[in-house]
Amino acid sequence: MAKVLVYIEHAHGKLLKSSLVAIRAGQEISKKGGGDVTALVLGSGVDAIASEVAGHGVQSVVALDDARVKDYVADLHAKAVAHVAKDKGATWVIAAATAAGKDFMPRVAHHLDAGMASDITAFNDDGSITRPTYAGNVLATVSIETPVKVATVRTTAFEPAAKEGSASVEKAALPAELTSKMRFVSFAETKSDRPALGDASIVVSGGRGLKSGENFTTYLEPLVDALGAAMGASRAAVDAGFVPNDLQVGQTGKVVAPQLYVAVGISGAIQHLAGMKDSKVIVAINKDGDAPIFSVADYGLVADLFKAVPEMTDEVKKLKAS
Amino acid sequence: MKILVPIKRVPDPQTNISVKGDGTGIVTDNVKFVINPFCEIALEEALRIKESQGGAEVVLVSIGQKVAQEQLRTGLAMGADRATILVLAEEIDSSTTANVLAKLVAQESPDLVLLGKQAIDDDANQTGQILAALLDWPQGTFASKVEFSGDKKEITVTREVDGGLETVAFALPGIVTTDLRLNEPRYASLPGIMKARKKELKEIPLAELGVDAAPRVKTHKLSPPPKRAAGRKVETVQELVNLLHTEAKLI
Repeated sequence: MAKVLVYIEHAHGKLLKSSLVAIRAGQEISKKGGGDVTALVLGSGVDAIASEVAGHGVQSVVALDDARVKDYVADLHAKAVAHVAKDKGATWVIAAATAAGKDFMPRVAHHLDAGMASDITAFNDDGSITRPTYAGNVLATVSIETPVKVATVRTTAFEPAAKEGSASVEKAALPAELTSKMRFVSFAETKSDRPALGDASIVVSGGRGLKSGENFTTYLEPLVDALGAAMGASRAAVDAGFVPNDLQVGQTGKVVAPQLYVAVGISGAIQHLAGMKDSKVIVAINKDGDAPIFSVADYGLVADLFKAVPEMTDEVKKLKAS
Repeated sequence: MKILVPIKRVPDPQTNISVKGDGTGIVTDNVKFVINPFCEIALEEALRIKESQGGAEVVLVSIGQKVAQEQLRTGLAMGADRATILVLAEEIDSSTTANVLAKLVAQESPDLVLLGKQAIDDDANQTGQILAALLDWPQGTFASKVEFSGDKKEITVTREVDGGLETVAFALPGIVTTDLRLNEPRYASLPGIMKARKKELKEIPLAELGVDAAPRVKTHKLSPPPKRAAGRKVETVQELVNLLHTEAKLI
């Protein structure tokens, strides 16, 4: 019997889509082994989130509402999750492989004396787990050997859990002896009217071919906005200082799998391909016809991006206006 | 101040990786091995702290095959003070790595352990966090900026997280793991390479540390990912947009 505890991440009073992906992964485990899924919502004033989660195919919800976990710090967060996991006798603890999931879940694994598999993409019928390694060039089949198992799941590898049922919400308290050695100072949100990179159905990314940060603004952003897309970038563009790292798509950045991915001036280094090759349709615009990006592109256009991108922006606008 | 920097030997990130026919590992013939890029950023940050704080001892450690001495020598040439290699034949998982590092932390008592956020071979992104939990130390992962308080007792870490930058602060000792934008690592200078030859590089068989190396996560098989087939080339922007509209139905 698998007792799966799924960590629910939320921000600004909103449930994140990645949390529904984590629930789906939990459902897969419980279906295979027989068992149930409990969702854990941590934070301050989390009633609304807890009720929302209760309607997404889980058997129960635990809401741990405490001012001490209002702001996220890894050590106390991990202790709180491990505390609930022990209390509920969880055999699996799952979270999405987001920045927070990657940050605190290894600590949870330690507290539970558990082995942990990161960023997994499949639970196999024989009980093994698949996860990408070597920047997505190798798939590893692994097994967790400990009685309690911890995993983060890749957010593009599972569908979000559907609306289903309505579970009861149980309150949990944070024991007084659980403390933190860390102090939350601030969170500076990157303001953007565009969809988030991980959630967008269309992503337009620029590479070193854009030549400068100004050119991202002048050439790429109009296309991004004409398509209602999120903007991304290759590691080369980030390394060159054109754009901030939170736009980076790739094994060391974000892994995305939108309906449409448009790669502009990106040669297609292995580590970039690892971050986008599961997109449904890939478009590549590059002046070098031999660039590796064309080997994964559904539609390839060999052209000077400084001409092609404004042209494409116009065409898209025309199409949308018609 | 003493800073411990773990170093992992990994295949050059520019290398095309292929899996052995029997799925037991990757093909290593003609593959160049380097310091894991994120470990290199950690070492660079340690050296910058040493330079800006008016002195610190930077100690390197690597766990694994004896050949990782090459990467430690490179680290010493970049400016680290001394190095230890914990020799082990088989591959170990993140939790064992953290356990081994915890033993070394007990011996060395560093103020700060600076690690790469992940190794580019197993891509686990766990060791720093498990080590922090084991030691009950605070952590600042995925750091893009590291600052010390005036008395050097507290550290402020700016972290690259989803949707923005988060800042946390904590008193030392603590753990910091490095992201891409923290710094640009230096190259070893020729005098640095000469000096490195005389620096201490200690070898300890892992058995001496008395760590249980039984893996919590076992790897059974490696395989290449499914290949995505190449599509077609289009001649004009009009054709491209038209196909996205009529064929792919995405615009």
